[in-house]
Amino acid sequence: MSLLLLGFWKLQIVESDRYDQLAEQNRVRTVPVIAPRGTMLDREGRVLVDNYPSFSVLLLRDDSDEVDRLLPQIADGMNLSLDDLRQQVQDAGGLPHFQPIVIKPEASPSDRDFIESHRVDVPVLEMLMVYRRRYPRGGFMAHASGYVGEVSSQQVEDSGGKYKPGDIVGKMGLERQYNEQLMGTDGMRRVIVNSVGREVGRLDQTDAIPGKPIQLTIDYDLQAIAEKDLAGKRGAVVALNPANGEILAMASQPSYDPNDFAVSISKDEWQQLNTDPEHPLIDRAIQAQLAPGSMFKIFETAAMLESKAIPEDYKVFCPGYAEFYGRVFHDAEKDHGEVDLHKAIVKSCDVYFYNVGKQLGIDRISYYATKLGLGRKTGIDLPGEEPGLVPSEEWKERVFHQKWYPGETISVSIGQGATVVTPTQIAYTIGGLVSGGVFHQPHMLISGTPSPEVDFPLSEHTVDFITQAMWGVVNEDGTAAASRLPGIEFCGKTGTAQVISAEGKERAGKPGDLKNNAWFVGFAPRRNPEIVVAVLVQGGGFGAVSAAPIARDIVKAYYDKKTGGKQPPELITKAPAMRPAPEAAMAQQSQLATTVPADEKVPAATSR
Amino acid sequence: MRQSGGIRDYDWWLLAIVFSICGIGLLEIWSATHASRLAGMEWRQLSWILLGLVFMLAISRLDYHVVLNRAPILYGLGVIGLITVLAVGHTRFGARRWLPVLGQFLQVSELVKLVIILLLARFYAEVRTDRLSFGDLLKVGALTAVPLGLILLQPDLGTALVLVPAVVVGAYLAGIQWKHAALIVLAGAMMIPIGWHVLKPYQKERVTSFLHPEEDARGSGYQTLQSKIAVGSGGFWGKGIGRGSQNQLGFVPVRYSDFILAALAEELGFAGVFVTLLLYTALLLRMIQNAQRAKDRAGMFLVMGVAAMVGFHVLVNVAMVIGYMPVTGIPLPLMSYGGSATMFMFLALGLVMNVRLRRFVN
Repeated sequence: MSLLLLGFWKLQIVESDRYDQLAEQNRVRTVPVIAPRGTMLDREGRVLVDNYPSFSVLLLRDDSDEVDRLLPQIADGMNLSLDDLRQQVQDAGGLPHFQPIVIKPEASPSDRDFIESHRVDVPVLEMLMVYRRRYPRGGFMAHASGYVGEVSSQQVEDSGGKYKPGDIVGKMGLERQYNEQLMGTDGMRRVIVNSVGREVGRLDQTDAIPGKPIQLTIDYDLQAIAEKDLAGKRGAVVALNPANGEILAMASQPSYDPNDFAVSISKDEWQQLNTDPEHPLIDRAIQAQLAPGSMFKIFETAAMLESKAIPEDYKVFCPGYAEFYGRVFHDAEKDHGEVDLHKAIVKSCDVYFYNVGKQLGIDRISYYATKLGLGRKTGIDLPGEEPGLVPSEEWKERVFHQKWYPGETISVSIGQGATVVTPTQIAYTIGGLVSGGVFHQPHMLISGTPSPEVDFPLSEHTVDFITQAMWGVVNEDGTAAASRLPGIEFCGKTGTAQVISAEGKERAGKPGDLKNNAWFVGFAPRRNPEIVVAVLVQGGGFGAVSAAPIARDIVKAYYDKKTGGKQPPELITKAPAMRPAPEAAMAQQSQLATTVPADEKVPAATSR
Repeated sequence: MRQSGGIRDYDWWLLAIVFSICGIGLLEIWSATHASRLAGMEWRQLSWILLGLVFMLAISRLDYHVVLNRAPILYGLGVIGLITVLAVGHTRFGARRWLPVLGQFLQVSELVKLVIILLLARFYAEVRTDRLSFGDLLKVGALTAVPLGLILLQPDLGTALVLVPAVVVGAYLAGIQWKHAALIVLAGAMMIPIGWHVLKPYQKERVTSFLHPEEDARGSGYQTLQSKIAVGSGGFWGKGIGRGSQNQLGFVPVRYSDFILAALAEELGFAGVFVTLLLYTALLLRMIQNAQRAKDRAGMFLVMGVAAMVGFHVLVNVAMVIGYMPVTGIPLPLMSYGGSATMFMFLALGLVMNVRLRRFVN
């Protein structure tokens, strides 16, 4: 008897604290109060991404025999595969028995009915309210918004205690970039539970701190047009304000539905998205690195004018081809005759720029292109941006251990060869270039202060000359004349970039896949532009046909909004003021504006 | 034989101890169940106690020699009762232990415990020498083995084990020879591996979880763990009646019955446990004193049989509550809720009183 009393002494006096703690652990259960993620709003406060309450179905596994017995009924009632369910239960074998597992992340109304009506005979099911992300349907802005998912074990490890397993974090896009703001802090409720886990009282509660909403620079209306125009194509649209770097619209197609990720994507779906030959998961706006085609001529013009290596009134006679280093480089189906710099841009004359390129030399071209922002990341606030590439002698030596061939310079001159750019990069660089060499880092979050800028001041004359020529592209019977916008100083440059050499094209014999990539970069107004739009349509053929109209629609919508939807009464596009344009072009302008556009010429293959 | 002993000859000290234990038991039954759907249990227990007192008085008025003379008949009835239970008994918690009698469920094995005490007392008393022969031992063993086997079949290992100490204590007092004792212990040890195969899965589980409680925190080791948590968290003064979380929230298994001491330890602390164990010690000592003062060997064996059985109950139950013994389902006498067990206790006390009342007679 005294031995037993000693036993009580040991438990109640010596180890009392430990058992007191255990009793407290028994009694008190900490229930997380999930903090809703911050919403995403467009620049006018319209909701783009928000949350909705949803119910997860939990399986309580305290009584494993009962669970085993009830699984077929549960599988039947919840429309789940019994094998999957068994597997899930088996996989959870290592977890403590009292820890329930989620067997269905989003309960349908009929699932909820099933649980409610079988409380007595299937007492092992419970529902947990959680917030789920709601994205616009149909992949609208999906690449920019990104998606959320359960935090990976690696992230938990790296976070230094900030994340805990089961947390929902941003996996891609803005969700990932601004996860910190969006995520919020889960609260917790301490409740008293009885031995069967039923809540019988509440101790205290730490409220959840909801994630902060983020207001995007995106304009829903412009975004909608970008999405609509791109639908069914492969490509990207980036519209931004070059004066402050705010992204107004950013679309990439084909897309995916981030709502699929918000619940829990099945392995099959994930596999399908990843192996889809159209690569819907790639954000083409920041990740498609492609040859810029004739858009590159703008950079070359800047190099020519700024370096003064070639006189501005340099002229070339274009017979439709040119021969350099023993090889023939084609220009167009027809010759351009005598071409000066302005006309060379307006008509996108390759022969002119072959000659310019040859005289500038690759290093000078490379220097200016790099200074103007190509070949490096723009620094946009999205994860996964690609830097593009501007080739140089040094680059070729470093990467390929080969000498630069002068013939390569000729290809580079018209935006072919090794040069690659992303749509965001084009909007950023052209926007900065035509703004006088002030490059505002693109960003997607509205903030009071303008984003960091990189300056490469260009002379007033250079900017004026280039914007004049780009105005001409749209308004002077240029390559994008069909995209002219009456009353708006809409300027731009087309690009049609080869995907593969003509030779390779014949070998491949799949013309559909290998159509040229269509580019267009446009802006308005001509001086101090407010909006610049870069459009890429892969396999779209001519930039003027596939890409320019999309930019035009967005610029038009931008102005429609600005002027309250009313068209300005003035129908004739304002004439350029600064530069004495060629008289002939000026005279023709008003009549030719309505004629069929002159197709941009297919640049010759570099290897021919 | 004439009636003897007036109201003053009853063992009032023993009764005072019994009432104290019952009072603490009622308080703790109330505390453990008042906030649950089992509320009101203390009143049912009180009525069992009162009914038990009536039976105690009745049995104390009979001469125990008369009862002992009927022991073989009672034994026969007991065995028949146990067979009936196995045949048509009521099953609860996976064991067939109950027989419906007058709208109540009677646990026949509780009464059989009493019958065994009577039978053993008569048997040992009839051994006229100081030395128990091996043949006598075999007879005792066989007589006990029949009801014990039947109880094991229910299955009810706990109650079956309770029969053993009465045999052992009786044999000791009757003068068992050392070589016989050693032989029996040896045989018993050899039976253990065989017995292991006979155990039901839940019984094996209880034994293994007793040996390794951490391996099965939610199974039967869970009960022991929760009991220990209740006891340990009680501290010296306890959390107060009705305020033990382990008890009130139902973490302590069958807190109003087998684990009532855990509930008590949590709410009344070490102090409460100390008083309770003191009361049980006093109860046993008082019984042993009565046995010493018995008029004859039969009376002595009778009271010692009761003391052995009650003592075994207390020891096993208390040890179980603090995890020193596996969970066996043996209630704490006079405290745990339960009609049959309470009846057994008061009938047994009636026998003790009976022997006491007749100590000066003849």
